Amino acid sequence: MHNREILVTSDKIKSTIENLKNKEDFNLLLDITAIDYLKFPEVTPSRFALVYILRDRTFKKEVVVKSYVDDHNLIVDSITDLYYAADWAEREVYDQYGIKFKGHKNLKRVLNHHQFVGHPLRKDYPITKGQICTETHDLMDEMTPLLKSYGITDEDMEEIMLLNVGPSHPATHGTIRNFVAMEGESIVACVTEIGYLHRGFEKACENHTYNQIIPYTDRLNYCSAILNNIGYSKAVEDMLQIEITPRAKMIRVVTGELSRIIDHLVCNAANMVDLGGLTNFWYLFEPRDLTYDLFAKLTGARLTNSYTRIGGLEHDLYQGFEEDLEAILVNTEKAIDKALSLIAHNKIFLDRTQDAGVIKADFAINAGITGPNLRAAGVAFDLRKDKPYYGYENFDFDVVVGSHGDVYDRMMCRFEEMLQSVRIIRQAMKIMPSGPINVDHQGIVLPAKKDVYTNIEGLMNQFKVTFEGIKVPQGEYYSATEAGNGELGFHITSDGSGTPYKVKCRPPCFYALAAFPRIAEKGMLADAVITMASMNFIAGEFDR
Amino acid sequence: MGLGAEAALGDTVVTTRLDQAVNWARSYSLWPMVFGTACCGIEFMSLAASRYDLSRFGAEVVRFSPRQADLMIVAGTISYKQAPILKKIYDQMCEPKWVISMGACACSGGFYDNYTTLQGIDEIIPVDEYVSGCPPRPEAVLDAIMRIQERCKNDSGIVERVSTHKGILDA
Repeated sequence: MHNREILVTSDKIKSTIENLKNKEDFNLLLDITAIDYLKFPEVTPSRFALVYILRDRTFKKEVVVKSYVDDHNLIVDSITDLYYAADWAEREVYDQYGIKFKGHKNLKRVLNHHQFVGHPLRKDYPITKGQICTETHDLMDEMTPLLKSYGITDEDMEEIMLLNVGPSHPATHGTIRNFVAMEGESIVACVTEIGYLHRGFEKACENHTYNQIIPYTDRLNYCSAILNNIGYSKAVEDMLQIEITPRAKMIRVVTGELSRIIDHLVCNAANMVDLGGLTNFWYLFEPRDLTYDLFAKLTGARLTNSYTRIGGLEHDLYQGFEEDLEAILVNTEKAIDKALSLIAHNKIFLDRTQDAGVIKADFAINAGITGPNLRAAGVAFDLRKDKPYYGYENFDFDVVVGSHGDVYDRMMCRFEEMLQSVRIIRQAMKIMPSGPINVDHQGIVLPAKKDVYTNIEGLMNQFKVTFEGIKVPQGEYYSATEAGNGELGFHITSDGSGTPYKVKCRPPCFYALAAFPRIAEKGMLADAVITMASMNFIAGEFDR
Repeated sequence: MGLGAEAALGDTVVTTRLDQAVNWARSYSLWPMVFGTACCGIEFMSLAASRYDLSRFGAEVVRFSPRQADLMIVAGTISYKQAPILKKIYDQMCEPKWVISMGACACSGGFYDNYTTLQGIDEIIPVDEYVSGCPPRPEAVLDAIMRIQERCKNDSGIVERVSTHKGILDA
């Protein structure tokens, strides 16, 4: 399995991408990352390479544009005027690798703090070298030019109040810092700062074997851990060119959709707390609690499940799984019904959410927004339909789309998507195939315990897979699945050893959050709060 | 039959020491400030929801303003970028105050032994109760809250408890 890859020289990056955008309709920029080849076993033309991943208008094709960067100056042209999404993506590459983008208006760190020295994802930066941050940045370097660009003069500034919403604020549901300039109740300008939960996922990946990374993926979008497990495992399995067993696929579909349900549950429940409807929180949390019980029985953990393994799954379904599952599905339907009965025809709710925080479809695509946030804006992009995997093409389910892209649409899309997930799970349980859950492949799956204890081959095998890891053939590959928040991609570089040379996660809400300031501006502060909640920003995912 | 007022008025009154009465009341009305940053914050939501029902322990009035809170629950990973904010919020809480470090990351950095993660919040602020787990089960956090209640009852309200702690951000 290979992506379509275009290799260009670094001065041609911008023109190539411009061509792809204008002539082949690649109008969704998925991700930008760099690879540091300093310790790579093969000789490469230069130390750093840039990787741009794009998706086309039909959402079926993706293309990788790769370019080696001149080692001496490390400067390339910025593509921020082609894609809004490139803004934060380029800042991240600069932050982590130190590659500069000519023409970027605000090239500064995005994940690491402003006192940080060096670029942590370079191969010569030691993983444990922490740097203490003594004070937070005032962000005026971003706010002043932004206010100027909106035509606010120094005189007007007397009417303007600067306010921090976050990083420790109940409305942010985590650790986002929104620095807003207010005129009365309206937001004139907004600057968003992230990185408060940057936990070094990508650096950690370079120091662990392929299977050891699975627990780290749990903690990306911790509201739906299994969907991350699936996304990552699928990428590695595609690189190994193995197909998992039919039963494993079906179990992944069932547990994945269940995770999607609990992800959407917590998003809508928390949003309604922000709206002042606490009752809905109790209604919606009940099926979530029941799902925790089921996951605890199935995987051993309530929240951070680590359920998949490369080549299959950790455990098979337990006896009585089907009854537990059905009880949850019934309970979910009931909870959604109860919650909707409180809000669907509630004038206060409708007035509060309709036409608040509107995202236009064109802007959403330009900014790289995917998932329910994009679908609520009326674009029917769902990888389960557009690039089906694990047999999603055989299920009867609908892609839920909205019409206005406001808070109301996003919430209702999530409610309806949960019901669609229930449909998929019921269909999947009916045709659940029997058979093994792991592929039959020595170098990938751990041998049975009886082989480990009784013959030397089994023992050796166990030792090699555990200590050396799974040997993934050399190469680079991008694979994406539809996670709770949209397209979750993993771009993996392998040097042929049991540890990935580099893993880049394409976190869907990183791009949604980058777009958030433009969405919140010109709205009311109270609307910004529910817009934030309705877009479901998960700190573990966008900060990694 | 007691002495003093109780001797005269029978069991219609109870005599006690003032700080004991205050501490008793305080221990059943802890106001937590949840410094939820990551996965543990989601488990805290579970703890506050109907099944585990934090209000049984009188600690359900979650306050996101540190000035109104007396129990800080640090739920989640603290990065170096976050550390000054944690310190600032802790400093804004009035005495007496307690801190629960919820989960492996807050206690020790967990499995994030890398360039960005603070290796335990006790490098910044003093911690009263450590809860293990990644994330801990809600029962484990309830247990920590009950142990904080015990501390409330024993500690005298006027003792300044934090001046001995020197963190990496203290000048």
